[in-house]
Amino acid sequence: MLYDIALSIRQHYDAPAAASRQTLRLLPPTLSGAQHVVAAAVDISPGPADRRDRRDFFGNMATDLAFGGAHEEVVYSLAARVRREAGRASLPESAPVTALAEEIATIRSLAPDAPHHFLAASPRLPEEPAFVEYARAALPAGAGAAEAVEAVGLALNRDMAFDAKATEVDTPALEAFRRRRGVCQDFTHAMIACLRALGIPAGYVSGFLRTVPPPGRPRLQGADAMHAWVRAWCGQSAGWVEYDPTNACLAGDGHVAVARGRDYSDVAPVRGVLRSAGSQTSRHEVTMTPVGERDGMDEPGRRR
Amino acid sequence: MLHPTKRRALEREPGLAGYRPPAGGFDELLDEEGRARPVWRHFVEGFAGLSEAELKRRTARGEQYLHDAGVFFRRQGAEGPGGRTWPFSPVPLILHEREWRRLAGGLARRARLLEAVMADLYGEGRLVAEGLLPAGPVAASPAWLRPLVGVKPASGHHLHFVAFDVCRRPDGGWRVLRDRTDSPAGAGTALETRLATQRVFQELFQESHVHRLAGFFRAFRDAMGALDRVGGGRVGMLTAGPGGANYFEHAYLARYLGFMLFEGEDIAIENGAATIRTVAGPRPLGVLWRRLRAGRADPLELDETSAVGVPGLVDALREGALSAVNALGSGVLEDPALAPHLPRVAEAGGGPAAGSAEGWWAAAPEPGPFSTAPAWTGGALRSEPVTLRLFLARTAEGWQAMPGGYARLGGVSAEDPGAVADIWAVSDEPVPIDTMTARPSDTYRRPLPGTLPSRAADNLFWLGRYVERAEAAIRLLRALHLRMAETGARDNPLLASLRDYLRDLPLDPGETVPQGLLRTLDSALVCASRVHDRFSIDGWTALRNLNEAAEEMARTARAGDDTAHIMTSLLHRLAGLSGLVHENMYRFTGWRFLILGRELERASGTASALAHFADPAAPEGALDLAMEIGDCTMTYQRRYSLGTHRNMVVDLMVFDAMNPRSILFLLERMRSLIALLPGAEVHGVMSPLARAALRAHAAIAVETPETVDGAALAALGEQLDGLSDLVSGAYLT
Repeated sequence: MLYDIALSIRQHYDAPAAASRQTLRLLPPTLSGAQHVVAAAVDISPGPADRRDRRDFFGNMATDLAFGGAHEEVVYSLAARVRREAGRASLPESAPVTALAEEIATIRSLAPDAPHHFLAASPRLPEEPAFVEYARAALPAGAGAAEAVEAVGLALNRDMAFDAKATEVDTPALEAFRRRRGVCQDFTHAMIACLRALGIPAGYVSGFLRTVPPPGRPRLQGADAMHAWVRAWCGQSAGWVEYDPTNACLAGDGHVAVARGRDYSDVAPVRGVLRSAGSQTSRHEVTMTPVGERDGMDEPGRRR
Repeated sequence: MLHPTKRRALEREPGLAGYRPPAGGFDELLDEEGRARPVWRHFVEGFAGLSEAELKRRTARGEQYLHDAGVFFRRQGAEGPGGRTWPFSPVPLILHEREWRRLAGGLARRARLLEAVMADLYGEGRLVAEGLLPAGPVAASPAWLRPLVGVKPASGHHLHFVAFDVCRRPDGGWRVLRDRTDSPAGAGTALETRLATQRVFQELFQESHVHRLAGFFRAFRDAMGALDRVGGGRVGMLTAGPGGANYFEHAYLARYLGFMLFEGEDIAIENGAATIRTVAGPRPLGVLWRRLRAGRADPLELDETSAVGVPGLVDALREGALSAVNALGSGVLEDPALAPHLPRVAEAGGGPAAGSAEGWWAAAPEPGPFSTAPAWTGGALRSEPVTLRLFLARTAEGWQAMPGGYARLGGVSAEDPGAVADIWAVSDEPVPIDTMTARPSDTYRRPLPGTLPSRAADNLFWLGRYVERAEAAIRLLRALHLRMAETGARDNPLLASLRDYLRDLPLDPGETVPQGLLRTLDSALVCASRVHDRFSIDGWTALRNLNEAAEEMARTARAGDDTAHIMTSLLHRLAGLSGLVHENMYRFTGWRFLILGRELERASGTASALAHFADPAAPEGALDLAMEIGDCTMTYQRRYSLGTHRNMVVDLMVFDAMNPRSILFLLERMRSLIALLPGAEVHGVMSPLARAALRAHAAIAVETPETVDGAALAALGEQLDGLSDLVSGAYLT
């Protein structure tokens, strides 16, 4: 499926920001076998004093920006055309959860894709007993790793309510989980923490969802902002499985990935430090439309 | 339970009565027979010759030194300044230089191994690929910083300054307890402990052929300077600021080594290069000795919650424009899960088999049993388990160990803080006397001007303002309480007027030593803390003592005479502080900002006091009060010897060119200070600040005492506020 993606993030500062630096992770990469980027560009207004593009540790496209003068508003816009291959139709055969540790120990690599990175606590996801308990209860006896991923994803989707007003981008994952409410970021963080608690390496994917579903299919939650889902390592033979807990489905040809990491801190679309006294507000607008179809943009959305 | 042979032998060392190491262990001082080991004998004889009273007196001298030096002073949260006692034990741990060399050699080998591991973990990753290091613990370590993978250090090395915690096993061999590779603390502690110990055992130290520490620090300083390729030899030290636990140690080391002490906001990254924000604009920076945990060094790419780092620092490292010491991410080597694998890594690399046979590589996760050593605490010599903190620096000649360090005695339980003692590496022969001062053979390097960081200038400027503000408040309070004593607290219009004036400042006239005054003094101390590396140590100590005294007095002061006396004594202390600063501070850019702040505050205070007390409607006695708080009473009496007349008072306090407190005099001083600041005049064009100062000066100079009314004084006050804003805008942000 070929998509046109348009994103704009508008950040407004109450007090003009003096010097500031930002790192953007907005550009989708080509991922062999999953997605191919035909063209993509990020536009920044006002123009930054300095801009460099690079790949980060996990292979994501990062854009470093420095702004010199004072400004009250910045707009980051992405325009991209991406071909998305069909994803997995069903869960793969996978090793039992109990056998994963042994398999992981045989992998002598710290390459970005190695499972080791995704097993321990990460900056936004410290180890919490609450996740361990919940994950154990959700785990079917003798489950394979992929079944466990789906079981945890389904449980969270059942127990947590999608609520864009319940959390902020900096709300700790545990707090959202305790309240059983939140947005895709909170669903994804909770699921990662649960899978790690079971010994299943799991990481965070940021990306886009098709705005208007194919005929006869429901509109997915989170399509009006940048989306997030989970990737989990299910053993050498099954490899990585991508699961969207907000919508209780495998990530398929309606999901286009932008960045991958251990948790949100590795993939934040805009990460920045500014010298400013006031607070900031931010507004996102996203559309992802199959090429040839009518522009499906309807209500412009807020963050999430 | 004392070993029987030891019990007998103790009688042979009468000077050590009461010193009883536990049986079966290794004691640093006594051998198995209970005799002092040869390397200790000279010290033991000297020590035994000192009476207990003499020892106490000398120990107190050492502790006083530590207190005055301020290295162990810590600011305790928001509750105001507070000190703590460093548990100092004056009896050093003595090692023969042969023993120390063996130790230093082993540690240098370990440092080389750690460098190789570091280069691999951030480079090719062969150790993990070959199964010599497990991938899991590396990936799980918060100190393994992924953004640094693939970043080659500009200096060619990751490690430049490391420390090790070392203990001795019962068989007499050494082993490493902890590798400290991220930003090892304690070098300042080692120096201070040495200086304090020297004060306690002056003669013994002189006679004992103790290796000096200065050579080590000089070699490290020179090696750091040599890493610089852009900044003309400037070396920066990045600290978390006065809120950080080791700030005073950092300030002390910066001063000792001649490095510049920075907080995150002093440094800006521009186009991939590091620059210092100075009052004269950005200046290049090439070397940074990091004194905070690596994760906190860059909120943009590392710990996003850090408020103390430099956003973009990793970018500058990636560009190779900056050398960080140690490289960001070196904390991963401290991970206890890696230590057990080091022997295999060493062997695989053809490393020294001897090292592993000695048990060197087995960093011990299990505590003890440690050897024991003497601690002199509470007036008695006790045997305590001991660990050593030792330091190594990469110099032009490779890894060099500090011939000393410090020993931690006791402190094995959480309640027992333990004690800290100096380590002496002693020679049989006299050792060269070494100091940090330049040798005749050194080339003379003129210090580079124009490198005053904006933050330091800001703190000096506000230090000047706060001290002056405190002085004015004290004079006002003294005037109030003197009059209250005279009038027997009966209310009268003058007292009411004075109280109104105080309330505006704001100082609560109902409090004897008002909270507002304590806050101003505390603000001054905070400013002084943040320029601890640039401000006179005596001045800082005086300010700290002043703060403590004011707080103490606030608890007991009674209104009237008692408080007037207290204010007089505070005034004397402030005068002492000013004297220390003005006699001793180097008259360069930093001093100019300090004085500029003081003069501005003083002129502004005088203008507002005159507007209030020289107002035609002011109650009787207000003019005398104005002169009293302006410290002009004596001059007035000598010159006029008449009753007080409003225009004469205004003449003296606004126009008199001979009165160093007159507004015109202060404005002239400010103009000449401003003219010397960077960029005050470019191609004959005055800076906006210089123009504004001239305008304020001219505006008052054309007036006469008759025409200076409340409106003119208010306008002047506004112009002075404008000057302060211009100073901030041009230099301090």
